[in-house]
Amino acid sequence: VTLDVGIPAAVVRHAEHVMGTVFSFDIRPNGTAPEDVQDALDEAIQWLHWVDETFSTYKPDSQIRRLGRGELRLEDCHESVREVLELCADAYRATDGWFDVMHGGRLDPTGLVKGWSIDRASAILAAYGLRDHCINGGGDVFASGSPAPEEPWRVGVTDPHHVRQLLATVAIADQAVATSGTVERGAHIVNPFNGRAVSGVVAATVVGPDLTHADAYATATVAMGAGGLDWLDRLPGYEGLVVDAAGNVRHTKAFSA
Amino acid sequence: VRRTVLTLLATVVGLVVLLGFKTSPTSAPTAAASAPTVPGSGSSISSSGSSSSGSSSSGSSSSSSGGSSSSGTVTGSAVQTRYGVVQVKVTVASGRITDVTAVQLPTDHPRDVEISNYAVPILRNEAIAAQSANINTVSGATYTSDGYTQSLQSALDQL
Repeated sequence: VTLDVGIPAAVVRHAEHVMGTVFSFDIRPNGTAPEDVQDALDEAIQWLHWVDETFSTYKPDSQIRRLGRGELRLEDCHESVREVLELCADAYRATDGWFDVMHGGRLDPTGLVKGWSIDRASAILAAYGLRDHCINGGGDVFASGSPAPEEPWRVGVTDPHHVRQLLATVAIADQAVATSGTVERGAHIVNPFNGRAVSGVVAATVVGPDLTHADAYATATVAMGAGGLDWLDRLPGYEGLVVDAAGNVRHTKAFSA
Repeated sequence: VRRTVLTLLATVVGLVVLLGFKTSPTSAPTAAASAPTVPGSGSSISSSGSSSSGSSSSGSSSSSSGGSSSSGTVTGSAVQTRYGVVQVKVTVASGRITDVTAVQLPTDHPRDVEISNYAVPILRNEAIAAQSANINTVSGATYTSDGYTQSLQSALDQL
């Protein structure tokens, strides 16, 4: 039976459980043959599972864990591991150390890997000619092209204090939206300078050209606390909003309401 | 140069579901609970035509198009999560989801109950609102919805 979900014709949706969360795909084939769409989706999904196997901090045999334990040398890791760690080092510098892959002495590039994997999954779909798609991995989004002619992708941003509500919607094309927070699953963002859980800022949403960086910068913005939004405002090409513990919402200047 | 447009909302807006809707007709909806399973990867894919195959033919079910009625109640698989077993039930009327309720939720720890209490209403709203929302997706810090989503997906797969 076809459920009438009120969406335009020719939408392919898929939900995949990977990396401890749900990844959802919204693909607008625009004439691409169904077999090609399926092949593209299969390849993208296979990629996400490979990333999970390679970068998981929960799986003892992942390359990241083995690297962290000193059982594997960096030069013996897959080239993607080196690529990710270089991106992490870039993010460390760009955030003045607020994005740090070392947590409590353990190597943990999780704050960047998910976004990076989605950017790459998007490239896989694009290589099959599927330009118009939106990928959401556990609340972090990359939207390519548009859902319909002259129409942007509209991404809702959840209110961390009222999780049944949306705080904002962001209209984007070929952009990413990443949200990091301290409420869900407990306080999981740590101030890298004192090792303590971040308080004060509850959530940060960052909009930027790719999800790799938006993801890392959202984490850093929360970790920075009160100064996070000012830092984001100075960062070329990125916009965002921050919600504090009292529920106040502030957004970057160029974000047009 | 692209200008990012942000709309701050004053009121509740429906959240969008993260699920795929399966189109292949299978068994008719029943209220039977499945045995506890831990589904592997891969749920479903669908090409959802704009009310293509008779979403209006709710009552007649001439058995030519889909075979299965688009009204009823379906119980999803019980999904083992790190917090406990999650199982949901979906109510569908005339091809539209009208409610999603929890059959089983983790209750071992106060934290679990807390998570369940907020996650379930959100997800129910997501599932229902997905059918009319004017947003495509939702960005937010991850909540513990994996098991819920899997169970919901397995219920939808039965439709």
